Amino acid sequence: MDDIREALMLGRQSDGKPVRRPLSPHLQVYRPQITSVLSIMHRFSGMALAAGTLLLVAWLVAAASSPAAFARVQGFIASPIGWLLLFGWTAALYFHLLNGIRHLAWDLGCGFEKPEYHRSGWMVVIATAVLTVLTWIIGLAIW
Amino acid sequence: MTESALGQSGTHGRRVMRSSLALARGLGAAHSGVTHWWVQRLTAVALVPLSLWFIVAMLHLLGTGQPEVVRWAHHPINVVLLLCLILASFQHMQLGLQVIIEDYVHNKLTQLATLLVMKAITLLLALSAIIAALKLAFSR
Repeated sequence: MDDIREALMLGRQSDGKPVRRPLSPHLQVYRPQITSVLSIMHRFSGMALAAGTLLLVAWLVAAASSPAAFARVQGFIASPIGWLLLFGWTAALYFHLLNGIRHLAWDLGCGFEKPEYHRSGWMVVIATAVLTVLTWIIGLAIW
Repeated sequence: MTESALGQSGTHGRRVMRSSLALARGLGAAHSGVTHWWVQRLTAVALVPLSLWFIVAMLHLLGTGQPEVVRWAHHPINVVLLLCLILASFQHMQLGLQVIIEDYVHNKLTQLATLLVMKAITLLLALSAIIAALKLAFSR
């Protein structure tokens, strides 16, 4: 019940041994570009944010529970690994948000020309870095 | 002259290449999917302001204790926005993860099982978050 396209990949070596026909290299040789890199980063940041909802729910549930439970979750967030995760999720959120807006513009039919999507792509990357750092500077100042 | 379901008259005046029956049925080859696409965009648009509000709210609650969080949750606007954020986020997340699973899991049975497990976990997380938010809102 797997992929039927596997049937197209059947081949034989010269001695008759059945083999899976080789594929041309693609990811191994194609130069990374702003389009492809940002596209896969959009997917990765989405998955990272999905994982982040676990902490969000844990925090909310703890906030609605005993002070001990809340202290436990806050303790984890304030730990080195917690800070690392939080930083990662801040960057992931800003990136996914900004690149998401870029996607919505495409859905409206705008920004498909090469110079346009190159420009918007780099704007997303720069804005993500700036907003992440800014948010953390503000956060550290408050903390 | 035939009137299509989309209100365009005449077999030659149509903007889409479809037979009358196809127009009446209203479904393409995949039979469904536009709802997924539309809800994903809808939740995305909602999440732009909601996410920004969430970041500001979290910065506001940074370093404070549980009593502060409870006090914050006692303002109805905060709980309302939090619930909107939860609903939009988990719906958006669930649709996105669905596409990822469909892209990488090809065995029909495994794909279905993975999709169902993902949706179940998402539902449990969403409900936990909603209940917690309401608990905070109505606490003393």
